[in-house]
Amino acid sequence: MTSPNPALTGQVSDYLKRRARWTPLEIAFWIFAFATIWLFPSKYLILKDTAILALFALSLDLILGYAGIISLGQAAFFGFAGYFAGLVAKYGFITEPVLALMAAGLVAAALGFVTSFLVLRGSDLTRLMVTLGVSLMLGEVANRYSNITGGADGLQGVDIEPVFGRFRFDLYGHNGYVYCLIVLFICFVVARRVVYSPFGLSLRAVKGNPLRSSAIGIPVKWRLVAIYTFAAGIAGIAGALLTQTTAFCSLDVFSLDRSADLLLVLIIGGTGYLYGGLIGAVIYKFLQDWIANLTPQYWQFWIGLVLVVIVLIGRDRMQAWIATALGALENIGPRTIARPAKLAAPDGK
Amino acid sequence: MVWGPLCVSCYDGLSRGGVDEIMLTILFDGVAYGMLLFVLACGLSVTLGLMNFINLAHGAFAMAGGYCTVILVNRYGVPFALGLPLAFLVTALIGGLFERTLYVHVYARPHLDQVLFTIGLVFMSVAAVDYTMGSSQQFVQIPDALTGQINVLGIGMGKYRLLIIAICGLLTIALQLMLTKTRFGSRLRAAVDDQRVARGLGINVGAVFGLTFAFGSGLAGLGGALGAEILGLDPTFPLKYMIYFLIVVTVGGTSSITGPFFASILLGIGDVAGKYYVPKLGAFVIYAIMIVVLIWRPQGLFARATAK
Amino acid sequence: MPILQTTGLEKRFGGIVATNNVNLSVEKGARHALIGPNGAGKTTFINLLTGVLKPSAGRITLEGKDITDTLPHQRVRLGMARTFQINQLFLDLTPLESVGLVISERLGSGADWWRVVGTKSAVTEQIVEIIERFHLGDVMRDRVAVLPYGKQRLLEIALAFACRPQVLLLDEPAAGVPEAERHELLATIEALPADVTVLLIEHDMDLVFSFADRISVLVNGALFVDGAPEDVAKDPRVKAVYLGEELDA
Repeated sequence: MTSPNPALTGQVSDYLKRRARWTPLEIAFWIFAFATIWLFPSKYLILKDTAILALFALSLDLILGYAGIISLGQAAFFGFAGYFAGLVAKYGFITEPVLALMAAGLVAAALGFVTSFLVLRGSDLTRLMVTLGVSLMLGEVANRYSNITGGADGLQGVDIEPVFGRFRFDLYGHNGYVYCLIVLFICFVVARRVVYSPFGLSLRAVKGNPLRSSAIGIPVKWRLVAIYTFAAGIAGIAGALLTQTTAFCSLDVFSLDRSADLLLVLIIGGTGYLYGGLIGAVIYKFLQDWIANLTPQYWQFWIGLVLVVIVLIGRDRMQAWIATALGALENIGPRTIARPAKLAAPDGK
Repeated sequence: MVWGPLCVSCYDGLSRGGVDEIMLTILFDGVAYGMLLFVLACGLSVTLGLMNFINLAHGAFAMAGGYCTVILVNRYGVPFALGLPLAFLVTALIGGLFERTLYVHVYARPHLDQVLFTIGLVFMSVAAVDYTMGSSQQFVQIPDALTGQINVLGIGMGKYRLLIIAICGLLTIALQLMLTKTRFGSRLRAAVDDQRVARGLGINVGAVFGLTFAFGSGLAGLGGALGAEILGLDPTFPLKYMIYFLIVVTVGGTSSITGPFFASILLGIGDVAGKYYVPKLGAFVIYAIMIVVLIWRPQGLFARATAK
Repeated sequence: MPILQTTGLEKRFGGIVATNNVNLSVEKGARHALIGPNGAGKTTFINLLTGVLKPSAGRITLEGKDITDTLPHQRVRLGMARTFQINQLFLDLTPLESVGLVISERLGSGADWWRVVGTKSAVTEQIVEIIERFHLGDVMRDRVAVLPYGKQRLLEIALAFACRPQVLLLDEPAAGVPEAERHELLATIEALPADVTVLLIEHDMDLVFSFADRISVLVNGALFVDGAPEDVAKDPRVKAVYLGEELDA
């Protein structure tokens, strides 16, 4: 083998490492996120909901934005883990919330693993239907076993112990919000590592060109199973967070509404660069709050309108605007900010 | 879990000597329900097969037809027999209008955009209907001749359900004839098979699609009007039943009319039987059927392997 | 012993026989060209070799090992890589990322989900080697979608080569490449290491005759003529087939 050109090697190495470096904008984002604990003490409840929604949206971004799997079924894992967390607390199987949270995540990931084989085959529509079907089925099962799950009334009598024996969740949401924000941050950091790893790169390849991916030796099926399982776990953690901080879980965690709202969050924020779910969640909650104050009953109409308008304008154009705005703020190289990846059309356009 | 209630009701039926009657009634109801589902969903199937367009707002057109008939028959005293075709016409017109002004812009978009766009339309229509007509369930005033049952071969068959089977059956035959025997039908089938080649042959695919979309929406409207009595008509109709239509289309495939037809019947009977024998699991049965079918045949039960 | 061999390989699509009882042997280190008129089934044959299609009959062996039932991505690991007639690239990635991906996979860190891409020096060094060999240095940071066609075609081959295959299957590498960019492409193909066996499908006869040391002719899915370039060039049946003339019985 010829000895490699040292100058070029240096450039290549730099380029690859810089891809993954935390940009100043990202650091500022998280500093601000944590600062909200002190900046907005009266808004803990809505902030907590936003954090949970952000984590949930992150789980969908991982499979939609990075692996190209269209799914209306993340609610299945959200709800499954939500009920799990509620039940283990209610019957005292796991009293430490952090342990229960991790267990719930694992349980959701297991469910994800088992159902992942369903999404490997068929067209987009098939995947949409199968994922939705699993979610709705779980809802029906939860309804059937209402003696355990509380049915339409929801899971009652859930009592959550203080975290580490010290921090109790209360009605004002302070501890709840800090808990959710920290969990969100940790999950985000892990997801970020995954996305910038060789595995994450292979996912983007699979999404862009599955034929070529297998032609260069990537076991496509197993990569998809892996990311689907991981994303299910994240969705499960989000669901468990909701149950733990509200001491309640009900059937609407499995509803179509919840999955549809999630898609909306992601198209507002953009997919494929990890922050889409977070930004989208914040904007969505803002919108929801604002519209609900204007027209409490018919806010669904305005959300629908927003969806229609966004699609008509074109998500590509919107993501291009966001990217240009971000690029204008950042003057370090062109690839320092992970560019929002376009969702490849299934017929290869 | 499932076998318990099933065994109990079978035993019950056997000991009472009426098991045949129950099962035949379920069959009858299931077939009526299935054919209704078919009329509602076939427009969606053709749209998907023709333009590869996922229209989740299809249920909204059904709802429009239902409410149209409710207004005409209940408020303006239009006879029921006229209310049905009017529902078809009005909804077809709305469908055609929407297609030319809105849908046209999203044909070339990826599936995700289509899903989001049509979900947006559903939300808007649901809220709009809620605002204008209120959120309570609406009932169409059915003529007296259609209420009650008649006794056929020892089973009590609802007259209204018989009407549904009759109308839907005729429609299915008419559709199949139109597809196979008319020039429009062959143009449509050509365009479904391969759009580019069809265009190359001089077929005006845009016009074919516009007409088909309008027709399919009209059928949905007719189904909504017919089904108001059985399915329950309220502003949440599109959300509740969208899943059923999508199940019909996914299981039945999009390359024929017969596929969705048999899928609808299967799902209709499955749902009615499921709700009778295992009531607490409700729709569990059809979701399970759908998932099992899709694992076995991801392209649907009756799909031909296409070039797509 | 031939490095790649097919015995009685057949592929039927309904009533059509796309590949008809093909017995092909490729020697190690060979520069073997596969030619034939359009529709002869050359790409189908490559798809059978790589596992994209399952044969209706027959067996395929690579280095003596039967790979007929091996999955496509596993065949890559066993030492077979291919390029596509129409570029199959990762349009949203850069050449650096694409090549880096292939090398990561090969060195076994493809499933690594914690390490950042680019921190292993072995990977980086090999990336540089490929970039230099395939003259992609000036475009390595650009999105593949915006690269000129000639560079895309080079990348297409680079990705297959980065798999460090024993056998490299090139499916019409020069197809569609503009005149100005051909030279670089052809020179790169000529410069491929001698220990890599190359099976080349091509229509460009200049390339075929200057590059190949053995030529097989495929007609209607069947192996028609197989031999040294001089012999194939002189064979009247080959000319007849290409010109569409009737063959004598």
